[in-house]
Amino acid sequence: MPFGLLKYGFRRHYPARRYLPAVTELKDSYDIVIVGAGGHGLAAAYYLARDHGITDVAVLDKGYVGGGNTGRNTAIVRANYLTPEGVRFYDESCRLFQDLSGELDLNILYSERGHLTLAHTDAALRTMRWRAEVNKHLGVASELVFPAELAKLCPELHLGQDARYPVMGALYHPPGAIARHDAVAWGYGHGAWRRGVEIHQKTEVTGFQRANGRVTGVETTRGTIGAGLVLQATAGSSSVVAAMAGIKLPIRTVPLQACVSVPLKPFLDPIVVSGSLHVYVSQSDRGELVMGGSTDPYGLYANRSTLEFKEGLIAHILELFPFLARVKVMRQWAGMADMTPDFSPVMGLTEIDNYYIDAGWGTWGFKATPVSGKRMAECLATGRQPDILSPFRLDRFQSFEQVGERGAASVGH
Amino acid sequence: MKIMNCPLNGPRNISEFVCGGEVEAMPAPGAADAAWADYVFLENNTAGVVREWWMHAPTSYWFIAERDTRSDEILRTYPASEVFAERQDFAT
Ligand SMILES: Cc1cc2nc3c(=O)[nH]c(=O)nc-3n(C[C@H](O)[C@H](O)[C@H](O)COP(=O)(O)OP(=O)(O)OC[C@H]3O[C@@H](n4cnc5c(N)ncnc54)[C@H](O)[C@@H]3O)c2cc1C
Repeated sequence: MPFGLLKYGFRRHYPARRYLPAVTELKDSYDIVIVGAGGHGLAAAYYLARDHGITDVAVLDKGYVGGGNTGRNTAIVRANYLTPEGVRFYDESCRLFQDLSGELDLNILYSERGHLTLAHTDAALRTMRWRAEVNKHLGVASELVFPAELAKLCPELHLGQDARYPVMGALYHPPGAIARHDAVAWGYGHGAWRRGVEIHQKTEVTGFQRANGRVTGVETTRGTIGAGLVLQATAGSSSVVAAMAGIKLPIRTVPLQACVSVPLKPFLDPIVVSGSLHVYVSQSDRGELVMGGSTDPYGLYANRSTLEFKEGLIAHILELFPFLARVKVMRQWAGMADMTPDFSPVMGLTEIDNYYIDAGWGTWGFKATPVSGKRMAECLATGRQPDILSPFRLDRFQSFEQVGERGAASVGH
Repeated sequence: MKIMNCPLNGPRNISEFVCGGEVEAMPAPGAADAAWADYVFLENNTAGVVREWWMHAPTSYWFIAERDTRSDEILRTYPASEVFAERQDFAT
């Protein structure tokens, strides 16, 4: 690589690197059709090609690559969940993330900042201790810290007793990180394409043809194609796409909003979350404060922003960092989060033989992009639910075996 | 500020209301687990016009609203008695 860089530096022209394929015709059929070219769909395609040698694959998206929640999230990666099933799963993803820039030969700007989840009440402190113990048991670095140590980890944080809800302690998770989300989608897309996968943007799936309990064809705005297997990875549109296949999901689509401030000099190293105040904040490499909270109060298929959200968010950010009072918000946006009742995903086999699902990513799915891609690829290639995914199977709600992660995922994403 | 019309209290700020999910027929008390799982956990999650339970929190008043989940438009709100005319008896 350094030699290549030198050669590149001495060239006369600097053509832009092409990440994604030019528009081509759709073939009549594919071994596997993946609906949704977000990080999850593209990562599944990448690992199908890399690990299983399956390259007769088309990834279809109604918009553009990464235009869904993949390009809208606040890019937090962490493994400090509450259930052993969740911790094991997200820990595998963190480990994949740590090597991802090298793997994809693209700098995803993975930046380990440390992740602090503040507790302002005894009850919250108890949950933090619970999470710390579950994490440690599974080899994930997490510990409870108190104000004296917090003052060293994050000197800017207001720790005074004059706050409305003084900080009592925090769950400290050193491997917590942020990354450049677009690069993750482009890197997986590029790697999949280089191995023979087709990526078709502006190609909306409008229905499925079914026969004998199987999906036989995929109807799109560019014609109908045959498919051996189908994987849907459409986040906010999960219920709409699943309904085309006749499947009803435990999912409600709810907007999740976020915003960034004008760029400031670097001052905030860790990612700071407060469940009680419904806020989280980190500082990006460009100096912007990236801020968000919990989902909107009711379901909606729209990406609009609201003033109510910002008022509530900023008021609470100022409780933690009062000196930001005169800083301006620069940009705001929203994504459509596919929320499950237990705050865990829905992954793997469905009641239809050759139809697979990767959904229920709500507000927490960016960090799972590598692991879900890798394990869904395994699931499609073998036709079996991998062990690590079995807690997240779709029919867990029929047997009342939810994987309750609300305590670890409702505000900190 | 978005306004919702409460059948009891008139037009109020949307932040005073809580959404209670789609109006759906409840399974019989002795129905199979699958029917209850469907009722409790599965969602139609319709992209379009839906009929939902809403509550005006300050007065704990439950009513029904029709709303378009694509445009965020509230089409109609009315008392639950328009749909539920009879008392449900849980004793049997
Ligand atoms: C504001 C915000 C902040 C977040 N913060 C975090 C965070 O800090 N950490 C974290 O881990 N997660 C976070 N998330 C969640 C995370 O962004 C998502 O869970 C994740 O990106 C989902 O990826 P995906 O590939 O499944 O979906 P998406 O990236 O949404 O991709 C789905 C794709 O499907 C396409 N599609 C839909 N319907 C059709 C159709 N009929 N035909 C063809 N294509 C279709 C869409 O165009 C879209 O491109 C956040 C989300 C939001 C909105």
